[in-house]
Amino acid sequence: MREAQAGTDGGLDLIKAIPVRHPGRWIGAAVILLVVALIIQSLVTNKNFRWETVGKYLFDILVLQSIGWTLLLTVASMIIAIVLAILLAFMRQSENPLFRYVSWAWVWFFRGTPVYTQLVFWGLVSVLYPKIVLGVPFGPEWLSFDTQTIITALVGAIVGLGLNESAYLAEIFRAGLKSVDSGQMEAAEALGMRRSKIMWRIVLPQAMRVIVPPTGNETIGMLKTTSLVLAIPFTLDLTFVTNTIANRTYLPIPLLIVAAIWYLVITSLLMVGQFYIERYYGKGVDNITHKPVKATAAAAAAHAGGTPNSSGTVKGQQP
Amino acid sequence: MTETSATPQKQGAAVKPLVSIENVHKFFGDHHVLQGIDLQVNPGEVSVIIGPSGSGKSTLLRCINLLETISAGRIYVHDALIGYRERNGRLHDLSSKQIANQRREIGMVFQRFNLFPHKTALQNVIEAPTQVKHQSKTAAKLKAHELLEMVGLSDRANYYPAQLSGGQQQRVAIARALAMEPELMLFDEPTSALDPELVGDVLEVMKNLAKSGMTMIVVTHEIGFAREVGDTLTFMDAGQVVESGNPREIIANPQHHRTQEFLSRVL
Repeated sequence: MREAQAGTDGGLDLIKAIPVRHPGRWIGAAVILLVVALIIQSLVTNKNFRWETVGKYLFDILVLQSIGWTLLLTVASMIIAIVLAILLAFMRQSENPLFRYVSWAWVWFFRGTPVYTQLVFWGLVSVLYPKIVLGVPFGPEWLSFDTQTIITALVGAIVGLGLNESAYLAEIFRAGLKSVDSGQMEAAEALGMRRSKIMWRIVLPQAMRVIVPPTGNETIGMLKTTSLVLAIPFTLDLTFVTNTIANRTYLPIPLLIVAAIWYLVITSLLMVGQFYIERYYGKGVDNITHKPVKATAAAAAAHAGGTPNSSGTVKGQQP
Repeated sequence: MTETSATPQKQGAAVKPLVSIENVHKFFGDHHVLQGIDLQVNPGEVSVIIGPSGSGKSTLLRCINLLETISAGRIYVHDALIGYRERNGRLHDLSSKQIANQRREIGMVFQRFNLFPHKTALQNVIEAPTQVKHQSKTAAKLKAHELLEMVGLSDRANYYPAQLSGGQQQRVAIARALAMEPELMLFDEPTSALDPELVGDVLEVMKNLAKSGMTMIVVTHEIGFAREVGDTLTFMDAGQVVESGNPREIIANPQHHRTQEFLSRVL
């Protein structure tokens, strides 16, 4: 209404152009709808999906427990991987050449061998070293443990997945640290801050903007890589348990669907978490709400007697 | 009448320079960027350095707080040799801790501000006092609000750098450097990245700082600032000090043809 009045006021004739038509989009949408309808029809009518079996096992206690184990594996191995990756990335940027070489060699080794091989190795570590001994090298022993009591299948799975992942994450963190402008380092140095403090308080928080999206990607990848822990063998995770049920009941397809549904649910939850983490680390950069400077709003404000905020400076939402 | 009231120095004693740069050379690979620079800055003095780009003036400034290391010569700030410890006629590198301690006494303002973008103006200012000097947050904030008021930004304390104009960001950067209570402030082309209409506010803050008795070394293209605020003016070209002295005299009557040429281009 106001715009119309503004136009008749003779003050301002706002442009109301006819938008370009996109007939191709409508045709495309129709094709997609048709395909989706066909898929749904087949899902509903094809008896081989055995939806009643899917429903029966979706909330089966064994399945639910296996989800818990899968989540534990994912979270614990990612925590180990992230801690190691930060350390490795800092070491890679260190002035100390020893740190740089060690970090490089670590990434070279764990990225250079298949995760399956590493997991099998962790399963066999008690064969290789039946006892873990604490003591002076070539000297007396102080303490010794049976390897099997310390490196159980669960520990082997978490450590194996975590160490392998740390190599990939280290590269992601390194890229993130490099993405921060060198002027930040100089400004902090000029203030008399020490290098470790600069890394933690100035460089890493800014690097997190770049680090979080690919790390979310890696976490979702890890969720599914946990299905490889049968190499250890660790037999309580979602894939192994649904496979076992499938083998017992001779119904592989519905149990695969059960597993797929749960992986999708967890992935969706992880994506929600990632959204909030990204928002947190984007503070001051990504999530500054610029005041809307819509032409219509500005014109309306002008005619209402106010002054539109057309200056370059923006007021942002305060946390 | 001898001057006694202006400086706390004893009558008759020569004023001891706060910054003493002695025959400093700097190489970047084969490039001889600084070719024997001598420069002294007395306490409370504003020393302005001008010169064409590539003349080495920014490099010299960066050498003073060890963002660059020098290849030859000596730099002293407050009688302390910068970057090294001299023992039995040999120089030893300072540890990173000792270097950090030397830098605390020297504030620096950069051409591109280099504010921490993930921290608000206030958080930028209190970062070093709380983290380096281990001041309490309350004390640091109190001081930070004073400083922000001094640079005319008391109402912008909770703004992120991206929400501030270039001129405002640079004034926050000045407040951030002052929060460490340095005895020397270095300005590396502080207004070169600013829109023309924003330069005035920053220069005003610097002028007030000079009036308050801060020792400053200012690398700039603002000839007006040099004339009005500067105690000494140094013209550098191709890694050498071409001419140095009273700013008003040099600007009005440059002795060297390179100075004349440069000034005719910028004035």
